[in-house]
Amino acid sequence: MRVRWSLWLPLLLFAGFCALVAVQLFHPAEREVESAMIGKELPQFDLKPASPDRPGLKTADLQAGKPRLLNIFASWCVPCAAEAPQLAELERGGADIVAVAVRDRPEDVAAFLARYGNPYSRIGADDLSEVQLGIGSSGVPETFVIDGKGVIRYQHIGDIRPEHVAMLLRKLQEAGQ
Amino acid sequence: MIAEFGLAALWLAGALAALQLLAGVLALTMRDAEGAAPIAALVRPSAVVQGVLATCSFGILVLLFGETDLSVKLVAENSHSEKPLIFKLAGAWGNHEGSMLMWVTIMSLAGGLIALIERRLPERTLIATLAAQAFVGLGFYAFLLFSSNPFERLDPPAQEGLGLNPLLQDIGLAFHPPTLYFGYVGLSIAFSFAVGALLTRQVTPDFARAMRPWVLGAWIFLTLGITAGSYWAYYELGWGGWWFWDPVENASLMPWLAATALLHSASVLAARDALRAWTIMLGVVAFSMSMIGTFLVRSGILTSVHTFAVDPERGAFILVLLAIYIGGALTLFALRAGTVAEGERFAITSREGALVVNNVALSAILAIVLLGTLYPLLTEAFGVKVSVGPPYFNPVSAIFFIPMLVVLAAGPLLRWRRDSLRRVRIELAMLAAVTLAALAAVAASTAIGLLPLLGMALAIGLALASFMPLKGRSLRRVPLATWGMAVAHFGVAVALFGMACESAFTQERLLAARMGETAAVGPWKIKLEGVEPVAGPNWTALEARLSASYQGGAPVEIAPQSRSFWAPPQQTSEAALLTRWNGQLYAVIGEEGEDGRWQLRLWWKPFVTMIWYGGLLIALGGLLALVGRVSADLRRRHVRARVAVRRGEAQ
Repeated sequence: MRVRWSLWLPLLLFAGFCALVAVQLFHPAEREVESAMIGKELPQFDLKPASPDRPGLKTADLQAGKPRLLNIFASWCVPCAAEAPQLAELERGGADIVAVAVRDRPEDVAAFLARYGNPYSRIGADDLSEVQLGIGSSGVPETFVIDGKGVIRYQHIGDIRPEHVAMLLRKLQEAGQ
Repeated sequence: MIAEFGLAALWLAGALAALQLLAGVLALTMRDAEGAAPIAALVRPSAVVQGVLATCSFGILVLLFGETDLSVKLVAENSHSEKPLIFKLAGAWGNHEGSMLMWVTIMSLAGGLIALIERRLPERTLIATLAAQAFVGLGFYAFLLFSSNPFERLDPPAQEGLGLNPLLQDIGLAFHPPTLYFGYVGLSIAFSFAVGALLTRQVTPDFARAMRPWVLGAWIFLTLGITAGSYWAYYELGWGGWWFWDPVENASLMPWLAATALLHSASVLAARDALRAWTIMLGVVAFSMSMIGTFLVRSGILTSVHTFAVDPERGAFILVLLAIYIGGALTLFALRAGTVAEGERFAITSREGALVVNNVALSAILAIVLLGTLYPLLTEAFGVKVSVGPPYFNPVSAIFFIPMLVVLAAGPLLRWRRDSLRRVRIELAMLAAVTLAALAAVAASTAIGLLPLLGMALAIGLALASFMPLKGRSLRRVPLATWGMAVAHFGVAVALFGMACESAFTQERLLAARMGETAAVGPWKIKLEGVEPVAGPNWTALEARLSASYQGGAPVEIAPQSRSFWAPPQQTSEAALLTRWNGQLYAVIGEEGEDGRWQLRLWWKPFVTMIWYGGLLIALGGLLALVGRVSADLRRRHVRARVAVRRGEAQ
């Protein structure tokens, strides 16, 4: 009988799935990865405004002497909505937050900010994810602590939970010293 | 004491599953047919008793939750004496252990039902099927008994329970997970049928006819579960969206896609004896998707807005089970599918051809959803984190969804085996004309996105197409199953129309309203009359009183709430909905500003309810088909019995 190799394909794919999941189960990716970008300078960029009532964002804005939080978000991202109260709290805590909206449309960003609040002083539109990838972020949401010279001091991956707020404010303060 | 009964029943049920498996394997492998007969006779009764025992065990757990027995750890961790009774009962399956027990219970019930009523399959295939069902069941019994015992005691008993996630304290929870579980686990029957047929190499039209009602039943529950889940997320999460491509949602969508494909390919196998290996494959895939989806969600490997307990040890246990069952079935498939003789051939332009296109499209969408769900996992293995959202899922699945809809419209008009498009050219031209006219009309009257535009036009064309197969037939003679197909396809059109309208025409207002201020959204004028504290059984809330008037008509009072639960402390937002025939008003109250104004979020969502009505229609279509098939079966069985009696008399 002729062996039909194609019949083994589903099993092979499933084996790949199992291997992948097993790796994740037994070596869970560290949730607090030290970003390779920490200590590096921001790449040069100049993004147009993502929302009509806030200016866009360029590298020079982040080299103006004051440490800032850089939040990477998108209106289509559910965890980004979930972290909105924490961003508002950070803003009340004195953080200056600037943002990059990834692959988004101005009207969607405006609707998102109207719905969940707008803690940002500047929002740049990163339509092709270039800046996002350039600063070592691969998903939304992520939040970076940038010191006054435009150097990345800390990278927070995933949504900001209530328990992260104090830590981020501390990191921000450390970046200012 | 009663908890110990539950545990004992569970152990006994597990032991019977072992017996069922053992007897099945022995009966199938023994060469001595006479010696095998009494052993084979054990299989059916064990399946039935196993089902009864597992049901007892689950019933006891529900009882323990009902009386809030705080000496049981699971109850103490997940319930609270002050919860309303319905949520106490629902709490029994609102947690890991309880839901696994429910899983096992449904699975053994399904096995018991097959043992009781299935007469169409050859006896050997039936025994192989029940053995496979017991084999799968055993793993889950082991999982429950060794790693997730729901009846574990707490010594000393807790003073008060820890409560239940207030997001889950909703009537939706009482029915949503059980419905979905009936669907997920019901597909285990298709899996066992497929394995059984592979073992005995009997992949015949009769096999497809025997399997079809079971798949239909599971599919109806899945359809209802997904529809209800979508509506629940819509009004409970307070975000106004109805589908988020969240891993949990994808986990329920994937088995549904596979089961939908399976239903259609089983029809081809039943009617034309074609697509044998493919149908078997889908039988395996459908339940595999149920298990993989549940695993991904429950193990906490994928982060999701729904995530339950995260426990790598349990995750590892389920992964091993998955590897054994799915891996085993796929190995069996690889070894045996080549020896299952190829079925009948057919031309591309035929009913079968259209169903093959449908299968390919459904499988492609399944692959897209699976890939999108797993992609973050894949990249994470290489140290890169991504999140995949609607910008990926919507357009990419549309690539396959749209051609599938076209085939859905045309396929049912074609004849089996061989047909020509010329024969149905008038019908096709009519459908094309209606669709294009709708497209032009919508495009001319409003400016909306491409996908919503296509969606609306296709929905209108499809609504017409779904009833075309009934054209020229005496409606009273059309078999119920055909009605079922028409209704289900019409449901797809209705849901699609709702989705397109929601995405194209939703209007949104966010405002900080003063007392007495009026805001307009869509055809509604909404006035903030007041905000008052109210108290429920285990929560307090700030309730906004809004009077909403539709197109200047008499005002209707609605009251969205911002609820605070105290056990455990958590805030939720209870949206207020007002439904009219042409859409829904959705109101949410936010926080109070420093100037005494209240945040209000208002949406007008034209025809949004069509999404869920469509889902219900699809399920109704399934139900009609199920009733039609089963009653036809019973009639046939009755006739056969009478013929047998006459023959006996004649001799």
